[in-house]
Amino acid sequence: MKHRGYYGGFGGAFLPEILIPTFDELVSAFESAKTDPGFRKQYESLMAEYSGRPTPLTFAANLTRHFGGAKIYIKREDLNHTGAHKANNVMGQGLLVKKMGKQRVIAETGAGQHGVACATMAARFGFDCTIYMGEKDVMRQRPNVFWMEQLGATVVPVTDGTKILKDAINQAFRDWVTNMDTTHYVLGTACGPHPFPEMVTWFQSIIGIEARQQIMEREGRLPDRVYACVGGGSNAMGLFSGFMDDPVELVGVEAGGKGIDSGFHAARLSSADASYGIAQGYKTFFLQNDDGQMKETHSISAGLDYVGVSPILAHMHENKTARFESATDAEVVNALKLTMKTEGIIPALESAHAFAGAFREAPALLRDQILIINQSGRGDKDIFTIADALNDADWKTFIQTKAAQYHA
Amino acid sequence: MLETYIRNRQKKKNLLLMTHIVMGYPSFDACHDIIDQMVAAGVDLMELQIPFSEPMADGPVILRANQTALERGATVVKCMAFAKEMAARYPIPFLFMTYANIPYKFGMAAFAKATADIHLTGAIVPDMPMEEGTEYIQAMQENLLSPIQMFSPSTSDVRMAQIASIASGFIYCLARKGVTGADTDFSDDLTQYLDRCRKAASVPLAVGFGIHDKADMDFLRGKADIAVIGSQTIRVAEDHGVNSVREFIQGLLPAA
Ligand SMILES: Cc1ncc(COP(=O)(O)O)c(C=O)c1O
Repeated sequence: MKHRGYYGGFGGAFLPEILIPTFDELVSAFESAKTDPGFRKQYESLMAEYSGRPTPLTFAANLTRHFGGAKIYIKREDLNHTGAHKANNVMGQGLLVKKMGKQRVIAETGAGQHGVACATMAARFGFDCTIYMGEKDVMRQRPNVFWMEQLGATVVPVTDGTKILKDAINQAFRDWVTNMDTTHYVLGTACGPHPFPEMVTWFQSIIGIEARQQIMEREGRLPDRVYACVGGGSNAMGLFSGFMDDPVELVGVEAGGKGIDSGFHAARLSSADASYGIAQGYKTFFLQNDDGQMKETHSISAGLDYVGVSPILAHMHENKTARFESATDAEVVNALKLTMKTEGIIPALESAHAFAGAFREAPALLRDQILIINQSGRGDKDIFTIADALNDADWKTFIQTKAAQYHA
Repeated sequence: MLETYIRNRQKKKNLLLMTHIVMGYPSFDACHDIIDQMVAAGVDLMELQIPFSEPMADGPVILRANQTALERGATVVKCMAFAKEMAARYPIPFLFMTYANIPYKFGMAAFAKATADIHLTGAIVPDMPMEEGTEYIQAMQENLLSPIQMFSPSTSDVRMAQIASIASGFIYCLARKGVTGADTDFSDDLTQYLDRCRKAASVPLAVGFGIHDKADMDFLRGKADIAVIGSQTIRVAEDHGVNSVREFIQGLLPAA
């Protein structure tokens, strides 16, 4: 362990001794991949062939007209294979797993998107695959559990702790400390011990690199602001990576849940409720009490319902190279409805946070200004949650009829 | 000094016994009873775990004990007060066991000072590897406490030597991969690994993870200095009641 992955005071690798050699191996596999132009090329052609990259940058003419302010563009990560940006990270780590000669992958998942992506990667590369998922998320995202299992993965519901994403991460680590000789842990976001924040960002940077090129081709100039939702921070880091050295404002939108004042949220950077801490192998802002016990978080979207946040984003928050906002569950549902009706696009509930954040600011901007919103995923997976949020009567009748059929 | 205590104690018996409890589980009163029985049964040192919400290195038994202790209101302040009382009442060394975030939030210097003030002898923090532990190790050393270091079967000889160079008190050798609570294969591999540990370190060696009966203890005699029992005493107390702990511990030791 030489370079320990610090971003200001954040990051590091707070590992149990047993995992030190595993991380040494991972760091060296990643370092050699990073400096090998052939590896990035292999990665990009895999993403083109398997996941349909580059994903489009869609001009949202109707939303632009609706708000009467800045021009709104949408980066369409929902059009990746499996419907979210998670594929970018998973396929990249899959290539590394092949390089390291391991045969088994494990992953945590919140929304289930990362789990599904990981299961497709494992199927394609011929790896055994186990996915840990909090019991509460299993309930929220049952369709994704179905797909993971159809793809050949074993899904293990995690019944400890708060039964959501952080608990699934703990359980994946417990598997890893037992099976590290055969197994790689495909962490799904830009969090955790070094090299994960850097490595996941490196794979996800494909989003921002493409988006920058696409907007330059379309508009001949850079956007003024770019928006991404922030769970662990991987889609945000991916988009921001394209604009790090540019005069572009980077805006991350966290889960405001029932409102910051209610205490039921997952806003680590945009509220005053989080503080420095060490957990899950790294140092960042955590939502925790004064003793250092992690709190229960809340969000309508399983993918943003997490106590920690990327150490790279924590650093950008502190040195003010990015700005962080939050959007409440209610705002998110409204942003989702509007986007569906005006553009015929269905963002994931996670992504809809970025839309809500951008919609709040768009009207006050000038018509020649440009925004890019990262649509990290598609919303079809959220059909149960969204139908509940919209209180859709016909859907309820359908479910009841379907259930009755199973009983018959 | 912890090491001196261990060496002196070894003049009477060659393999010492360290046990582990999670403070506040099932309750502070029950913890007191368990410690009372453990000391009476001849336990030589004890780990007092300050519960943490994310105990990454712990298996199901200790994990649930952590969770339940927190649900029942265990706090760092209560744990400190409890540990102070135990250290004053019983003549054996007590160490804290916890995860990095607890001393980090408390403040490393303040945590070390508080630990010394209540007469504990050191701490075991499994997610604080040498590289991340500079401030912690220094704070502990300034207070003449032992920040216990760890070896694992995957630790290279080179790294063992580095870890040994900053070790004090004893080194905690993980008997195997994995988390607390699962079974360990007491085999030739373990013997070879403990040989490597012995060559690398001059301080005493404690061996933990998966030790649960007298046969395991007998295997370790002569190969290690301290056997550590964690999950098994929690299981015994859960299955047979707090009052069965003494008999269980006595059953591990050679007949007097
Ligand atoms: C569609 C989608 N967007 C965003 C996220 C949040 O993750 P991150 O912040 O790492 O992009 C998730 C996580 O599950 C997701 O599924």
